[in-house]
Amino acid sequence: MELKGKRVIILGERDGVPGPAIEACVRSAGAEPVLVQTQCFV
Amino acid sequence: MAEAHGTGDLVVILGCPSVESAEIYARTVTEGDPSWVGPLAGVALGLPVYHVLEPEVKRQFAPDVYEEQVSIMESVLETEAIIEAVRSVREAAAG
Repeated sequence: MELKGKRVIILGERDGVPGPAIEACVRSAGAEPVLVQTQCFV
Repeated sequence: MAEAHGTGDLVVILGCPSVESAEIYARTVTEGDPSWVGPLAGVALGLPVYHVLEPEVKRQFAPDVYEEQVSIMESVLETEAIIEAVRSVREAAAG
């Protein structure tokens, strides 16, 4: 699966990898984040 | 989101910290909410889903960005088990 050109739904988590961190990676791969969330269950 | 954009070129990437949460999220965006309590209960979106730690997506990221943003978590999470959980759901959904 090639990420480049894909639209990406990002479901991060505060205790794991947060959404903005994944977003930076996704953008570096040439994909477009269309939803970025960071879940927090505290 | 899937209704608005269509599912053709949509991909889901997770950042869950545990095997259990990764599996629940992955199942929710493929076969529908396994707990049957949310709006995606019974809704099989069939979206391709990956965890951000999976080599298949990781190799496509700029190495310096991944190193700065994600690599620290790779060393403290149950990376192999999380990857396997998400991969299993994805492959089952793909048939």
